Amino acid sequence: MAKVPVQFTLNGAEKAEFIDSGTTLLHALRDKIGDTSPKGGCHQGTCGACSVIIDGELRLSCLTLAETCNGAAITTTSGLSQGGVLHPLQRAFLDAFATQCGFCTPGMIIAAKVLLDHTPDPSRDEVVEALSGNICRCTGYEPIIQAVLTAARSNSQNAA
Amino acid sequence: MALALQNFSTVKDANAALKAAGTRYLGGGTLVVRAANEGDVSVSSLIRSTEPALSAITVSGSEVRIGASVTMAAIARHPDLTSLSHAARAVGGPAIRNMATVGGNLFAPAPYGDFTVALLALEAVVGTDDGEVPIEAFLAKRESNHAIVTSVDFSLPVDGGFRFLKVSRVKPKGVSVLSIAAVLEQAPDGTVSSAHIALGCMADRPMRAKAAEKALLGRKLTSDGIAPALAVASDGTSPITDPIASAWYRNEVLPVHLGRLLLA
Repeated sequence: MAKVPVQFTLNGAEKAEFIDSGTTLLHALRDKIGDTSPKGGCHQGTCGACSVIIDGELRLSCLTLAETCNGAAITTTSGLSQGGVLHPLQRAFLDAFATQCGFCTPGMIIAAKVLLDHTPDPSRDEVVEALSGNICRCTGYEPIIQAVLTAARSNSQNAA
Repeated sequence: MALALQNFSTVKDANAALKAAGTRYLGGGTLVVRAANEGDVSVSSLIRSTEPALSAITVSGSEVRIGASVTMAAIARHPDLTSLSHAARAVGGPAIRNMATVGGNLFAPAPYGDFTVALLALEAVVGTDDGEVPIEAFLAKRESNHAIVTSVDFSLPVDGGFRFLKVSRVKPKGVSVLSIAAVLEQAPDGTVSSAHIALGCMADRPMRAKAAEKALLGRKLTSDGIAPALAVASDGTSPITDPIASAWYRNEVLPVHLGRLLLA
């Protein structure tokens, strides 16, 4: 299998790797780079557990080939905390008991981050829509929705 | 997964490479990478073209050209395509819409391909490296298409002339029980002068409801006026059965949802 060079920014840090052509971004992140925050759930684009942000857009790393991300800026959940301080979304998920087994949590938080980046003060319906590509099978959606709304309120209070 | 990706700056070069056995075209990846992840060993090499025209949306008056690599999200946010944004937003969740392309949607098997249902009602023309084909003819033979799809062209309907409905069990973003798109024109007296109705999930690919279209002509969009069209809505259909709905169920509810769409 041909190796191809791939360079991108991951959570603000430059990454340069040689990967097998055809490797998904999910595998490259988890198995090559060691960022295991995106989870491999369905590998079909259905569950959202592998969600990452690529150049500001929510994408599914299980369906994205790593070599198509050359030069891109990629953000995963592991890059959200700063200096050991949790991101407001991460804090809100913990405080609202919005994570049970935790498998869907990184994808949920990433989807929520994209929403709040573009819509800092979303309605409940906008939160539901933003999370509609992410499946949770144990926590239940209501605590997750409330956590996102809480984080949004926290953001707006900080900005005021 | 053992895949090799080849990038080409022109569609022409990509098309030439696509002739090799085991190659598939990579658009947004929501179909072909998914297939590879599921163990489809018939795919050994992926071909991609980065030609800029593939990612362009051009609106000139009422004439629209959407490049095959344009995503559903790009269509949904385009200011000149607001009449179609509902149909584009019907495709998957936000992440899928950032990846799924117009060209790929043409090949999506039922219960997917909701945007293609809209394009079929709009009587779009599919552009390929080998020329242009009416969408209905393209869909009929899409498996044997060996040319890369480059664009879809269509005319924007008059204000309020386009209607789209996706019926799903899981809200807000489940897969389709069925989807319906209609492009209707009415005479000054309110009677239907032109009707194009397309159905999703009522066959293995989007199809036209031609009997219903014919039955609507000259009728008003009232309960009585649309009754003949609803009576023949299922003519020629061969719905899929999947975990979302049986073929029987889809046939039963089609007239109900078509009626709601026409009376909306």
